[in-house]
Amino acid sequence: MGSLLQVNNVSKHFGGFTALAGVSLEITQGERFGLIGPNGSGKTTLINCIAGSLRNDAGSIRFQNAEISRLPAYKRTRLGIARSFQIPRPFHSMSVLENLLVPLQYVAHGKEEEVFAILKKIGLADKADALSSQLSQVELRKLELARAMAARPRLLISDEAMAGLSGAEVDEVLKILFDLNAEGITIIMIEHIMHAVMRFSQRVVCLDAGKIICEGTPASIVQNADVQRAYLGA
Amino acid sequence: MIFSFDLLFEAILFGILLGCFYAAVSIGLSVSFGLLDVPHVAHPAIMVFGSYCTYVVAGWGLDPILAGVVLMPAFFVLGVLIYRFYYETFERRGSEAGVRGLAFFFGLAFIIEVGLILGFGVDQRTVQAPYIGSSLALGEYRIPYRMLVAFGVALVLTAALTVYLSKTFTGRAIKAVAQDEPALRLMGANPVRIKQWAFGIATGVSALAGAMLIIVGPVEPALDRLYIGRTFCVVVLAGLGSMTGTLAAGLILGVAESLVLMFFGASWAPAVAFGLLLVVLGIRPQGLFGR
Amino acid sequence: MKYWIGAALLFIAALAAALSPVNEYFFYAGYVVLTFVVLSTAWNILGGYAGYVNFGTGAFFGLGSYSAVVLFKALSAPLAVQIVAAAAVGAALGFGVGIMTLRLRGIFFAIATVAILFIMETLMVNWRYVGGATGLQLLRPDVMAPFSSYTRMLFVVMALLAVVAVSVARYVQVSWIGRGLRAIRDSEEAAESSGVPTLRLKVFACTISGALMGAAGAPMPMYLSFIEPASTFSLNWGVSALAMPMIGGTAHWIGPVLGALLLGSIQQIVTVTISNEINVLVVGVLLVLFVVLAPDGIVGLFKKWVRYFR
Repeated sequence: MGSLLQVNNVSKHFGGFTALAGVSLEITQGERFGLIGPNGSGKTTLINCIAGSLRNDAGSIRFQNAEISRLPAYKRTRLGIARSFQIPRPFHSMSVLENLLVPLQYVAHGKEEEVFAILKKIGLADKADALSSQLSQVELRKLELARAMAARPRLLISDEAMAGLSGAEVDEVLKILFDLNAEGITIIMIEHIMHAVMRFSQRVVCLDAGKIICEGTPASIVQNADVQRAYLGA
Repeated sequence: MIFSFDLLFEAILFGILLGCFYAAVSIGLSVSFGLLDVPHVAHPAIMVFGSYCTYVVAGWGLDPILAGVVLMPAFFVLGVLIYRFYYETFERRGSEAGVRGLAFFFGLAFIIEVGLILGFGVDQRTVQAPYIGSSLALGEYRIPYRMLVAFGVALVLTAALTVYLSKTFTGRAIKAVAQDEPALRLMGANPVRIKQWAFGIATGVSALAGAMLIIVGPVEPALDRLYIGRTFCVVVLAGLGSMTGTLAAGLILGVAESLVLMFFGASWAPAVAFGLLLVVLGIRPQGLFGR
Repeated sequence: MKYWIGAALLFIAALAAALSPVNEYFFYAGYVVLTFVVLSTAWNILGGYAGYVNFGTGAFFGLGSYSAVVLFKALSAPLAVQIVAAAAVGAALGFGVGIMTLRLRGIFFAIATVAILFIMETLMVNWRYVGGATGLQLLRPDVMAPFSSYTRMLFVVMALLAVVAVSVARYVQVSWIGRGLRAIRDSEEAAESSGVPTLRLKVFACTISGALMGAAGAPMPMYLSFIEPASTFSLNWGVSALAMPMIGGTAHWIGPVLGALLLGSIQQIVTVTISNEINVLVVGVLLVLFVVLAPDGIVGLFKKWVRYFR
C-alpha cells in the first residue's frame, strides 16, 4: 500500500494567530486515520488546507505524488479528495437528489443511477426529493457524507460527522464509513466522540495548539500523558 | 497642465485637510461595514440626510457643527432601528441574506435620496457660518477656514471613536463581536444588542459627518452616489476593522484626489476614489491593515 | 418545444404590431419596457442564479451605447454591427470586472460595479470625440421598409434581443451550468468542495450578463437621437435592473420578464403622469417591500398559491 497523502511542515497564520505550526503527517492508501484534539487545536484548519478551502502559508501537501497546495479546492476534489463539513452546508434550494448531482456532474461525470445507489447505501433513498430544510440532523450529516461520496473520492475527510448524534445514530454513520473504507476509500476522521475514533481508526494523531503532540495506535494515544493533559487541562 | 512646486504643495496641503474629512465621513462605515459586516451601501445616503437635517436645524439659528452634534442622539436611535430591522429580516434567516441585504440597502438609499428631492428639490443647499467663506492666509497659501474646521472636527471624531473602541468596555465588546461572535456569546454578552449599539453609534456619527459635509461644500440629494465611492474606498483601503487605518486611507485618498483636481481638472476628480477602490480590490483586497 | 413556439408567437405579435396602425406612443414606451426585459434577464443570470449583485448595470449598458455611437460615427456601421460590437465590448467588461472582483465576497463585487459605472462616466465626460459632458446629437439613418418609423423598427429589434436574452437565460438555467451557479449561490464553499469551478462559472455568468446588457444599450442612442454621459451612466438603470428580477422572482427566467413588464409599464405611466422622481421612489419602495415581504418574488408567490390550493 503506497503513500497517498504527505503533509510536510505545513503552517497557517491568521494575522498574528498561528493556527498550524509546522504539521507533518503521512497517510497511506486504504488507511483509516483518526485526527483528534481539543477545540481550537487546528484540526479543521488542517483539513481545510488539505482540501483546499484554505491555502497553507508554508510547507507542502502532496497527494498521489503531486504537489497540490497551490491548487484551488475544486481541482483537488477532481483529483480525489472529498470532505464533509462540520456544520452541514447543503444546497438548500435543491432536493437531496440534486445535491448529489452537483458533484456527480462536476467531478465524477457519472449517471443519475449512481446517485440512487449512494442514497440507498446511506439510507436516504426515501428522502430523494426532500429539501434540506425537511431533514433531521442525522439526515443532514448523512447528506454531507453522501455528497462527498458522489464525487467518487480516493480520500474522504469526515469532519465531526457524528457531533451531537445519539448512540444508535453514531453507529449508523460509523458503519457507512467502515463500508466505504472496505471499498478502498482512505478515510480521515475528525471526531470528538472518542469511542468512535478508537473503534474506527488504525492510526490516530492528536493535535494541540497547531502542533502534533502524539501519533500512534488508538490504544497508545489514549494512555499518552500529553493527550490527556491537552483534553483535560494541566 | 501647469506644474509648479507651489501648486504641488498647496494641493498636498489641501489634500491632507480633505483626507481627514474623508476619514471622518467614512468612520461610520468602518464600524457598520468594517466591523459589523453589514452591507451598508445606504451609509452615504444617511449622511446626506444628516446634511439636510443640519441645514434645517442650522436654519433655526444654530451653528452647523452644533446642529450636527445635537442631531447625533436622534441618528443613534435611527441606527438602532435600522439595524434591528435588518437583523430580524435578513441576518437571522441566513440563506440568501447577502443578496437581499444588499438589495435592501440599495433600495433604502434610493428612497432616502428621492425623499430629499421631494422635500428640498434638486438644487444645492449650503449653510452659513463665520468660518465659511473666508480663508486663513499662511504665507502665500490660502487655506479655507471651513476646511480647517472640518479637519479639526474630523480629528476629534476619529480619535474619540478609536479611543472608545479600544478603551471602554462596550467598545471592546464591539471589536470582540466582530472577531469572534460565538466566543462572546459564551461569555454571556448578547451580540445582537452590542451590534445594535455599534450600528447606532455609526449612524450617530453620520449626523456629525453630514454636518461637516454641508460645511465643506454645497450638498444635493444625489451626492450620496459619489460618496459611495469615497467612503468605501477609504474603508476598503484601510482594511476592514481598522480604525487607525481609516485615517491613513483617508489621507491617501484626499491627497490623491487633490492632486488630480489640481493638475487634471474637476472633470477627472470623481473617478479618483472609484479608481483607487478598484486598484485596492484588484491587488490587495485586505487593505493596508485588514484582518 | 413549447417555449420556442411561445417565443416565436410573441415575436411575430411584436412584428405585426409594428406593422399595424397602433399609436406611435406604444412603441416609444414599448421599446423601453423591452430594454428592461433584456437588462433584468441579463442581471438575473449573475444576480439571481449565482447570487452576485450588480449595481452598475448602467456601465455595461452605457458602454454598449457608446460603442454603438463610436462605430456609427467612425464607420457609419449598420445597427446589426453596432449591436454585435456592443455585445462584445460588454462581454469584455464583464470578463474583466469578473476576473478582478468575483474572487472576493459579494459586496466587494457590488461596490466594484458602482466604481466601474462612475469611471466609465468620467471617461466619456472627458472624451471629446463622443461629445464629452454635453453629449452628441445623432442623425438617424433612413428607415427601412416595411416600417413606417425608425422607432417601430427599433421596437422589433429590441423584441428580438429580448427573445435572445431570455433564451440564453433559460438555457443557462436548465443546464448543468445553472445547477453549478445555484450551488454557488446556496453555499459557495460546499460548491467548490463538490468540484464546481466557482470562479470560472461566476466569470462566465458575468461575461454573458455583460454581453447582453451591452447589446441592449446599442440601439439606445438611435432611439433618443442623442447620447450624453450623465443619464446613460446613471445608477437608476442599476436599481431598475435589480428591482425587476427581485420583484418578478430570481429563480426562474420568467421572473425578470414579469418584473420588467410589470415595473417597466408602471414606470412609463408614472413618469408621464406624475414625475421622474416619484418613478424612482416607486421602484425603491417596491424593491424594499418585495425584498422584505416576498423574497421569492411574484413567481414565488404564485408557487405558494398553487401549493395552497392543491
